[in-house]
Amino acid sequence: MKLVRQGWADALVELGEKNPNVAVFDADLSKSTLTNLFKDKFPTRSFNVGIAEQNMVNMAGGFSLMGFVPFCATYGIFMSGRAWEQIRNTVCMNKLNVKFGGAHGGLSVGPDGASHQALEEIAVMRCLPNMTVIVPADYDEAKKATLAAAEIVGPVYLRFGREKLPVISAENDEFIVGKAKIIQEGTDVTIVACGAMVAEALEAADTLKEQGVSAEIINLHTIKPIDKEALIASATKTGAVVTAEEHQIMGGMGSAVSEVLSANFAVPMGFVGVNNTFGESGTPGELMKKYGCKSVNIVEKALEVLKRKK
Amino acid sequence: MKYPIPFDERELKLKTIQMRKDILLATHSAGSGHPGGSLSATEILTVLYNCILRHEPSEPENEDRDRFILSKAHITPGYYSILARTGYIDPAEIPNFRKFGSFLQGHPKKDLKHGIEIGGGSLGQNFSVACGLALGLKQRNKTAMVYDLSSEGELQEGSMWEAIMAAPHFKLNNLCMIVDYNNLQIDGCASDIMGVAPLDKKFEAFNWNVIVVKNGHNLKEVYDAFKKVEELSKTTEKPTVIIATTIKGYGVSYMANVCGWHGKAPNKEEYDKGIQELDDQINQLNNQQ
Repeated sequence: MKLVRQGWADALVELGEKNPNVAVFDADLSKSTLTNLFKDKFPTRSFNVGIAEQNMVNMAGGFSLMGFVPFCATYGIFMSGRAWEQIRNTVCMNKLNVKFGGAHGGLSVGPDGASHQALEEIAVMRCLPNMTVIVPADYDEAKKATLAAAEIVGPVYLRFGREKLPVISAENDEFIVGKAKIIQEGTDVTIVACGAMVAEALEAADTLKEQGVSAEIINLHTIKPIDKEALIASATKTGAVVTAEEHQIMGGMGSAVSEVLSANFAVPMGFVGVNNTFGESGTPGELMKKYGCKSVNIVEKALEVLKRKK
Repeated sequence: MKYPIPFDERELKLKTIQMRKDILLATHSAGSGHPGGSLSATEILTVLYNCILRHEPSEPENEDRDRFILSKAHITPGYYSILARTGYIDPAEIPNFRKFGSFLQGHPKKDLKHGIEIGGGSLGQNFSVACGLALGLKQRNKTAMVYDLSSEGELQEGSMWEAIMAAPHFKLNNLCMIVDYNNLQIDGCASDIMGVAPLDKKFEAFNWNVIVVKNGHNLKEVYDAFKKVEELSKTTEKPTVIIATTIKGYGVSYMANVCGWHGKAPNKEEYDKGIQELDDQINQLNNQQ
């Protein structure tokens, strides 16, 4: 078990060493986002704007005009919510080279409650032209995704949960932005998952196997640009798809997958995620259970979808 | 052509009249657009682009250029005119303003080759960009200045004050905001809708250098204010604001200080009348010689 955002923080330090243009903009949450590690090493390239996310995003935008590669860090709710219009009208519209690390996304923020549980970032970020959206599933993936983000010229949104997650990828696994990872092959149903739900999907696949169902698991770390080819190929093979995300079902990763499949190779689909409700205080485990983001929900949905499969 | 050029009041006055004609032409041709705030900022833009900014339109990407950021970005009729009349844009493009396929978008689109540093249109956004740019210039050890044109209406946006707080914190003495204080906004007088006064005291309290220009249409007063900014940028660690009292719609009789001309285009009759007035102003200037 490892903190996902530790991967982002370690990558930022590595980037800081390699690339003198990499800088970090904080909004008073550097201890939570772990960007304090970058600040300790590169204090002259670390800027804290205080609790002012809108200004953070556009100052980073202005800073990028001088050839810098600024990474903004705050909680997902404030980044994607409070500063959404700055991200849209300034960063995305002008194709500025600004990166966003949205920490504490999803229910797993736990006791902080509904106001801090961002469940909409994938929806509100993926609809923006020029934006890349990545939801890493573990420490290694977060690290690779952050390093990869620096190579992309243009805006990138990275979403991290707060909880430690099992390390499911190997350090030397290849990570390519926009290239889905098939982490388990199967024939009966495809489970497409991202972030914390990838580990849940692996667990679900074991349960399904006991029931004689062979599940293929896709770790869709990049929501945008979406890997159409991999999704269509897997749907063609299995004929049934379940998506799983720690996010609102509406507009999220599952919606993105259904946009691809309904237009190219329509199969019965099921969606696991938060269903049109806000969260509340509780332990991450309690919340993931109550709001339907556990392996058991994936299993249920898979069995239901299989019934609809011709 | 290299700028700045020496201050010549008569020459500049002629340039402001030309800009006003461009503003009328652009909005009339488009059938929409924002003449009022363009006319209130005409002297500010004319002095800035001619006599203050260190820039060379043939080298729009020169790293050492002074930057102009338009944050009251709806005043594209004025903005495109100054860019056209200083050599970034072909003036023949002006009638294509807001038309399908033209790069002269209703609100600016980033286009360095034509002198547009950043796109804009949503109030409260571009001053933060100006702050980040000023910070970036300092980080690169550049001595270039960043000038941002805002307005009292834009100062109603909360994000402006985040940035106004940040600029002195980061010691951005290479940053100057000009407030085009025409006191009119879409729904009426700013002081009635949501008063921002006293702006001088507000900026002072936020730790800025403050210069008050009583008449933002007096070329010499505007020029002197900018020269003072240059001085303050060298002698203090603070950013400087020029609060310029202006008249919305200034220079065209029927538009002056009339709220309705914020975002409305002159019809043929109004256009002809405005052009006639401006041509009369040119004749008057020539006769004085």
